[in-house]
Amino acid sequence: MTSIGTGYDLSNSVFSPDGRNFQVEYAVKAVENGNTCIGIRTRHGVVLACEKIISSKLLKPGTNKRISTVDRNSGVVCSGLLPDARHLTSRARDEASSWRQTYKAPIPISALASRMGGYVQAYTLYSSVRPFGVTAILGGWDSETELGVDGQVGFGPKVGAGGKFEEEAVKRGGPGLYMIEPSGLYWGYYGAATGKGRQAAKAELEKLDLGSPTCPLTLKEAVMEAARIIYVAHEDSKDKEFELEMSWISALDGPTKGRHEQVPQELLEEAEKAAKKSLEGEDEDEDEEDAMQE
Amino acid sequence: MNHYPQAWGRPRDDVYGPYDSSYLKTSMPTTHTQSPAVTGTSVLGVKFKDGVVIAADNLASYGSLARFTDVKRLRTFPPNTVIGFGGDVSDMQYLDRLLQSLDIRENYLSSSEHTLNAKNLHTYLSKVMYKRRSDFNPLWNMMLVAGLDDDEKPFLASVDLLGTTFSSPTLATGFGAHLAQPLLRKLMPNDEESVKDVTKEMAIEAVKASLKVLFYRDARSMDKYSIAVVTKDGVELKEDEKLENQSWAFADQIRGYGTQTA
Repeated sequence: MTSIGTGYDLSNSVFSPDGRNFQVEYAVKAVENGNTCIGIRTRHGVVLACEKIISSKLLKPGTNKRISTVDRNSGVVCSGLLPDARHLTSRARDEASSWRQTYKAPIPISALASRMGGYVQAYTLYSSVRPFGVTAILGGWDSETELGVDGQVGFGPKVGAGGKFEEEAVKRGGPGLYMIEPSGLYWGYYGAATGKGRQAAKAELEKLDLGSPTCPLTLKEAVMEAARIIYVAHEDSKDKEFELEMSWISALDGPTKGRHEQVPQELLEEAEKAAKKSLEGEDEDEDEEDAMQE
Repeated sequence: MNHYPQAWGRPRDDVYGPYDSSYLKTSMPTTHTQSPAVTGTSVLGVKFKDGVVIAADNLASYGSLARFTDVKRLRTFPPNTVIGFGGDVSDMQYLDRLLQSLDIRENYLSSSEHTLNAKNLHTYLSKVMYKRRSDFNPLWNMMLVAGLDDDEKPFLASVDLLGTTFSSPTLATGFGAHLAQPLLRKLMPNDEESVKDVTKEMAIEAVKASLKVLFYRDARSMDKYSIAVVTKDGVELKEDEKLENQSWAFADQIRGYGTQTA
């Protein structure tokens, strides 16, 4: 696998003889150097987390947020080039608001992922643009109750002509987690990771068995796990200080009432404390494991 | 060529004879919001020491026809604002969407620190209403905005289709301005200074009593209503309340229009 494409890598949207778009692959390299971001999907909601490297003591703690809200019920976190990430989130917000204008309801997470994927893919089609230097993780919650359209004032007759058949109502809504790559490729995930520490993070996510219908992970436990995974993924670049940023989304009857919100400060601190503790505990075991693997 | 737009692009009368324009519309396009169609009646609001109570009934009338009976006219804007709408219901739906999209956009800019409070929404709403009336295309509503201001003090203010705004410790729109306001003002003998002496229970009680008076005497009202209490802890909204303890027993004794006794 040649990673240098002798002339086929100079312009976007050009196929190499073996059918690759090298410019997109170079964009992926920009992402691979970016901050670690993860998303965890449980039955009770979605948690997004990211590692922010503190490049200077002059940066104010708790500011420069990397996780942004789209509409009310979804959030996006990106790793890679920050300005590209801003552009993509801004586009996602526009898509969400234009969906609302048309359908008078919040955009389903799957549709938003598709819109974002489509937009990113368009930047692989022309030589006059460059691909996005970001991989975005999109998490959200589609309302499971029957919401009226925006501005709806009543529910109409309960029985008789025009009445509703509750028993025929289908179970709808639930959590959604998607990851959108610089090629425009996007999939739905149980757990997603990107950025520098993605390998370690993926390994940890796989251990959680999120795909299983019997997975017992609660939303709060998912927050704790997310913090721990970011700390584990940071192990390789231990010399750099970092700040943890987390957000979550739950059902209407959950802690966030269907909205995408920052994880509350107390819970964030609790999760960080537990994460640090588990790392200290593991250090000795890990050294042994590493020795065995080598 | 003459100066009448309706004649532009038509054959000249002096050459082809008079043009039959009877089937053409000669006036402006038909408009539908120049007068209200489906309407909601009064909205009531009362401040108390920790917040505001606001209420409106669940009826939307089509003229004298009580057409829609489950119309929720109180709209909440988290964390602590409620807007009560009177007047045209379609315009209320438009305003609701407008404010929702404003609310969503505003939350993007301020991830946690600042959110839209009642005072901000009232200012925005008053600008929208004044612009629309200045365009001779008003949004046919009378609204009360209840919630908290920047200092987390109770906030209650009104805005109407003319863009007129005012504030008072008790407020009512429409019929309520005549019937409920005098009753609510009994709570506040010293206007704003009395607010600190009014408890949540007193305010709710006064609003419920006023709603009952309005149901007795306003032919466009209904006995089912929504009521919301706004405090620092958030909004407590109940949308399917029913008026209690109505007094009709005295009607048995009344006969005829004056002279009839049996």
